[in-house]
Amino acid sequence: MTLLDAQKGQWTTVVSVGGERSFRRRLLEMGFIAGTPVRMVGVAPMGDPMEFELRGGRLSIRKAEAGVIEVAPT
Amino acid sequence: MNQPLVSLPRRRRRSSPDAPRKRVVVLGNPNTGKTSLFNRLAGTNLRVGNYPGVTVEHTAADVELDGVALELVDLPGTYSLCGRSAEERIAIDALLGLEGHERPDVAVLVADATQLQRSLYVALQVLELRVPLLIALNMSDEALAQRVDIDVAGLSAALGVPVVACSARTGDGFDDLQARLAWLVAEAGRGLSTWKTELPAAFDHAVQAAAEAVSGWLPGDAGAARARAEGIWALMSVEESSEEEPTPPAVAGRILALRAELAAAGLDVDAAVAEARYGWLDSTLAGLVTRPPGSGRGVSDRIDAVLVHPVWGLAIFLVFMTLLFQGLFSWSDPAIGFVESVFGMLGAGAAGVLPDGLFEEFVVNGVIAGVGAVVVFLPQILLLFLLIGLMEDSGYMARVAYLMDRIMKSVGLHGRAFVPLLSGFACAVPAILATRTMERRRDRFLTMMVVPLTTCSARLPVYTLLIAALFPAAFKGIPLQGLVLAFMYVLSVVTALIAAAVIGRTVLKGRNEPLLLELPPYRRPAPGTVLRMMWDRSKVFLTEAGTVILVCTIILWGLLSFPRVDPQTLPAGADVATATLEGSYAADLGHALEPVIAPLGFDWKIGVGLVGSFAAREVFVATMGVVYGLGEVDEESGSLRDRIRAEEWPDGRSVYSPLVGLSLMVFFAFAAQCMSTLAAVRRETRSWRWPVFMVVYMNVLAWVASFVVYQGGRALGLG
Repeated sequence: MTLLDAQKGQWTTVVSVGGERSFRRRLLEMGFIAGTPVRMVGVAPMGDPMEFELRGGRLSIRKAEAGVIEVAPT
Repeated sequence: MNQPLVSLPRRRRRSSPDAPRKRVVVLGNPNTGKTSLFNRLAGTNLRVGNYPGVTVEHTAADVELDGVALELVDLPGTYSLCGRSAEERIAIDALLGLEGHERPDVAVLVADATQLQRSLYVALQVLELRVPLLIALNMSDEALAQRVDIDVAGLSAALGVPVVACSARTGDGFDDLQARLAWLVAEAGRGLSTWKTELPAAFDHAVQAAAEAVSGWLPGDAGAARARAEGIWALMSVEESSEEEPTPPAVAGRILALRAELAAAGLDVDAAVAEARYGWLDSTLAGLVTRPPGSGRGVSDRIDAVLVHPVWGLAIFLVFMTLLFQGLFSWSDPAIGFVESVFGMLGAGAAGVLPDGLFEEFVVNGVIAGVGAVVVFLPQILLLFLLIGLMEDSGYMARVAYLMDRIMKSVGLHGRAFVPLLSGFACAVPAILATRTMERRRDRFLTMMVVPLTTCSARLPVYTLLIAALFPAAFKGIPLQGLVLAFMYVLSVVTALIAAAVIGRTVLKGRNEPLLLELPPYRRPAPGTVLRMMWDRSKVFLTEAGTVILVCTIILWGLLSFPRVDPQTLPAGADVATATLEGSYAADLGHALEPVIAPLGFDWKIGVGLVGSFAAREVFVATMGVVYGLGEVDEESGSLRDRIRAEEWPDGRSVYSPLVGLSLMVFFAFAAQCMSTLAAVRRETRSWRWPVFMVVYMNVLAWVASFVVYQGGRALGLG
């Protein structure tokens, strides 16, 4: 599954990050690395972007990018 | 305790004038309170300038700490030294000493004590580059309140650099921070950390080869450890050489080849480096930081449950934005009226004291009117920045971007562009200053380029006059006048969005950056930070944009009042003001403009009005009053409306018709006529290029649109 498939409030663990290289590196450097727990916090009222919790902080990315982050349910 | 907002510059003490100031850069993630901390360190010595070679503004300050002379430089917020945006590049260039920056003597990293891992990621990169580093654990009071316990001494030992717990909000820990900073600067070079990114041996060859490739390009002696760090940095961040990526082509080529080799061998350098750093941070911090279970954001989450709720979130957002708009549009009216009446009285007073004549007119209509034209923006600027400051400092502005991203991204604008665009409906000047809330230059400039297309309140008197004079109140039972006004608003919104889409794909073409937005917890706004921002913005506007506005007012006054007319030579009963204007350089300009604007349905008198409206669009109304010899008028004056209906071309045709009125309103909707807006754009972009571009694109657009309306209408037989 990807982060796009996570349910609201669900904790998952990052498996791998794909996508375009420069944004992929940004995600990695923000802490989306294998083994990191990530929680889906919610989706913005208009359906995009999404909000996630990881490493004690909250990040928002669009659905297009959430779809390239492979996760496993915890 | 808050900083005083204004005071005299502090005298430099003790330091010898010959000794060069030591350079200290302040860096850190966005949302760590970096600016507050910088301001508190800098005290009242802030100055604003440009980073070398780019039109990105920076704040710097010369300060004395324990007799050591320092130059503090605030770097743009960044999560990593491998970032690619123009702002992140500056942080990198400043640390590595590229692109005209001097290598810093010491770096201060501002970390968020409640979110240490991500804050310290970039610290590890700085440590690895062997730049002497001081870590300020900001928001320590908040961490304490969340019962997050940090072993500061242990952290300092693990990283090998001084770490100070402090709070820029309360000032706690600042004595210690300043003492450590002074010590570190005095002892620079000693006690450097030995931290390094531990990578599998398979990467050794590539890292070393990359280090060799960049050694001739990156300035300064590297030493083995720094060279290795530079190699890792290059493998992760060097891109193909281009205008924005000034890496020497040979270096870039070599690095790209090395990266291709790694990829071919199945080695993922980006993931390996990020995993090595976060792996070290996770295991080290596990023993040094204890936090209670949960996110520590209970209150913040409860607020978010309402403020980003699918229904309530949007409803509350609309209420906030309505209040903001209402405030700018009407609540600031009494203050604006007060400023206007003060300058009116000043002008009348000066006119009473000075002998009649040219000098009196210059003082009253040039200087006093010019200063008034600047100060009149203050109420709206102060109010808008009070509201923006509260939104920024509380964390709501990040939610604005979150809520609006879906809509704004469709035309290539940042979610935060919503607030400046909305403010533009009151006045473009504060709206342009408000684009500062966006970090990326491209987002900021794109918003600035389209803000003046929104229907600012100065257009309303023009619309009111023309609609009332030229359109019947109702047409077959339809309230026509209201419809025309509504049409003008819709037209401006649609055009602004289309212009954003077009300019964003052409002139301000940028990589389509994916969104990566941090949503910080809600915090109580610090009055000191908010007031300071209000004051800084207003001061910069008054001193820099204000000068341009003042000069333009005086030039405009000159155009409208010269050459002089001797009242003795006029026929009895002639109006001196009208005679002066008819013979003025502005009238010459109007005549010169006539061939250009005649295809839009405008005569030279309207041309004079257009020249006058450069001071501010609503001045059009007063100028037309003088042109038509009606004396003082406003948009409600019946005499002006009657005159407009009666005005004829020399051949007896009516000048005005509903079609000409529409053409003229469309012209006002699109033309860049407001010198104050252009002065603000000049100030905010720190270049004449952008205001010039704005004048060209908007006026061409205005001309073409009016041409289409007028000639199209005539072809349809509506003339």
